[in-house]
Amino acid sequence: MCLPDLARRLSAALWLSILTGPLAALELEDQRLYPGTGDTVVKVISTGDLDVFEPFILQFQAENPTIGIDYSVTSSAELHTAIRQGGVYDVAMSSAMDLQFQLANDGAAQAYDSAVTEALPSWARWRNQVFAFTAEPAVAVISRERFASLDRPKTRQELIALLRQNPEAFENTIGTYDVRTSGLGYLFATQEARNSDTFWRLSELMGRRGTELYCCSGQMIDAVASGRLSLAYNVLGSYAAERIARDDRLEILDLQDYATVMLRTALIPATATEIEGAGLFLDRLLQEGMRENSTIWALPPLSAAETPEARAYGPIRLGPALLVYLDKLNRDAFLRAWSDAMVQQ
Amino acid sequence: MSDTSAGPFWWRSIGQRLTILLAGIAAVLAILSWWMVSSFAREAAARTQDNVLIASATTIAEALRSEQGTILLELPYSAFAMLDAIGEDRVFYRVAANGETLTGYDDLIPPATPERPGDITVRTIAYRGDQLRSVTVRRTVLAGQQPVPVLVTVAQTRTGVEAIGSGLSRTAALLSVALFILAVGLGAFAARNALKPLNSFAQAVTRRGPSDLRPLRRRVPDELSPLLVALNRLMERLGQSIRRSEEFIAEAAHRVRTPLATVRAQAELALHTVEKDDEKQMLRRIIRAVDESSRSASQLLDHATVSFRADALAQDQVDLAELAARVTEGLKPTADMKDIALELDAKGPAPVLGDTILLESALRNVLDNSVKYSPAETEITVTLDRDDPAKWRLVVRDHGRGFSADVLSDLTTRFKRGSNVEQVVGSGLGLTIAEEVLDAHGGRIELTTPEDGAGACVSLILPAA
Repeated sequence: MCLPDLARRLSAALWLSILTGPLAALELEDQRLYPGTGDTVVKVISTGDLDVFEPFILQFQAENPTIGIDYSVTSSAELHTAIRQGGVYDVAMSSAMDLQFQLANDGAAQAYDSAVTEALPSWARWRNQVFAFTAEPAVAVISRERFASLDRPKTRQELIALLRQNPEAFENTIGTYDVRTSGLGYLFATQEARNSDTFWRLSELMGRRGTELYCCSGQMIDAVASGRLSLAYNVLGSYAAERIARDDRLEILDLQDYATVMLRTALIPATATEIEGAGLFLDRLLQEGMRENSTIWALPPLSAAETPEARAYGPIRLGPALLVYLDKLNRDAFLRAWSDAMVQQ
Repeated sequence: MSDTSAGPFWWRSIGQRLTILLAGIAAVLAILSWWMVSSFAREAAARTQDNVLIASATTIAEALRSEQGTILLELPYSAFAMLDAIGEDRVFYRVAANGETLTGYDDLIPPATPERPGDITVRTIAYRGDQLRSVTVRRTVLAGQQPVPVLVTVAQTRTGVEAIGSGLSRTAALLSVALFILAVGLGAFAARNALKPLNSFAQAVTRRGPSDLRPLRRRVPDELSPLLVALNRLMERLGQSIRRSEEFIAEAAHRVRTPLATVRAQAELALHTVEKDDEKQMLRRIIRAVDESSRSASQLLDHATVSFRADALAQDQVDLAELAARVTEGLKPTADMKDIALELDAKGPAPVLGDTILLESALRNVLDNSVKYSPAETEITVTLDRDDPAKWRLVVRDHGRGFSADVLSDLTTRFKRGSNVEQVVGSGLGLTIAEEVLDAHGGRIELTTPEDGAGACVSLILPAA
């Protein structure tokens, strides 16, 4: 299981093309049609892999047998571009809440109201257009083998101290997102930098130890599992938890000072044609997200935003402030600072 | 008269008129206050949004700097975070240096630009199919040696402001309705309260007896005092006019009585001088007619006296037994002429408070009636009883033709006579006089038919002193 490969798609050039570029052919990672007994086919575009969401789709179809689902998987940037350029989809689900917010802000989403959306906590929706269905923290994953003789740090401060005191143990064995190419990594990094100054000290230290940069959570977890990395920082918690359940070489570091929590969101694009089916699909999605222990998927529930460490800053706010780090000047400035800290030649 | 009785039913009462007028005023005020509160609320919400937008644009403008001839900007997080203070509104922004977009939405062109650095323009514009409130701040940044004007525009949809405005407007509407209901209640109360003096005035006039023409002495509100004065003057004039006519009647009766006495005396004389039976017969008829006329004149005089004296009733100690004896004695000669036996059964003292002359005249008239309507050789009894410790009952019982039962209550009406009095001359004033006297003394008269069926029974009931 790997996050959509954002590396090649979130380049600066593409960033510009999001705003101005011509309609490009959509690059799909995966696509499957689940025909229903009726004529209705709801077109879903998503950043979530099929092996995570297939059980949900099948469950949905068991409850609504007449509705067919056409499920396409792509990267968050591709999804954003597709909707922005008027691609016809009925539901757009993405892990990039900032891009989803921008779509709604710029008028590419349509309003949807139901008893289910009313039941969402206010922080889990924006207007009646963007709805969160999971709350997923960024976590640090460590290799049990490499941490055998080391204490488990409880806070970022202790983690910094640990990296300082054991230079040889961590030399070239730390991994994190390459925020220049990963949208999710960028979101985690900017929000953490905003909340705590330990982010820059940690980044500088990681840069000095020669940190490996990754595009996706999955590859980072693979590298920790194989023992090549001792620590992967800011990995998507849901993916890590799912892997640890079947791989005892891994462990999630229990950092108690704070957690950055991202919201996976869905919206109904303005171009949607099967509004009714899309509404049913969205309602079912939100119901599953509000359920404490889902038996259908391994994604954390919305209530994960209520854990003590997540509460330190709360989940990342769905609001106009998300536009700040999408601004190209800010992005350039942040990436410059981040590169200075992280990429020390 | 015409304008008070015209119009729908609710317009005919001053109270309802007042209530409805006050309710109308309250409705106008309620609508006015609702309108004012909601427009103030909208205005306040709109100004708050303007201030937030100004703060946001200013914060962004403050963050502008230049480095080696290039203008740099790092959008402050707070500049955007503050924008969801009012509601969940869409946000657009544009930073332009020398007219070229530095960052933000390329097509967000402010409709008016501030002239000088530091100036702020606030406008409502249409953008991407929505109404936006847009704020533009101008700042000059030195890029190298070159001063460059930079415009920072921040715009936001107005959903939040409208939601706040309509929410407050709804609350204001509820309050206004509540206020209106309260005002109507208070208005009805005020109207009723204001009309209280008028109602009690009307009741005071209504409560008066039919012949009570004394002036009204009450404290009334200023608005009613002309009415009170006018009413008192009217009653005074009415009283005077009644007195004048009573005086006139008394005078007339008195003047008629004296010549009648002369005529009677002459007729008596003539009766003794003529010898022919038919002439005697004629003279007796004359005498009887003169008697009747003189009796009627007396009654008219009595009646006028009652009207006079009842107005300012004397409060003398009167012994009813003694009075009955005196009156019975006075009527004996008349009774004797018809061979009627007058029996008196009255043991004194039976004190009452009142006017001796009036009480005498009452009993005399009753007794006179009895004598007049009784056939010859019958008996009339006058009895004095004590009904209960507070009342005396003076009963005159005869064996005449009695009352016809159907008209008992009518008999005390002036000039009204029973239906069975044919061939008897009379004025119909006797019982009227008696009743007026007893009324004035707080007593009453009772006309009954005796249990054994013959004759009539007249009871004069008076409160004991």
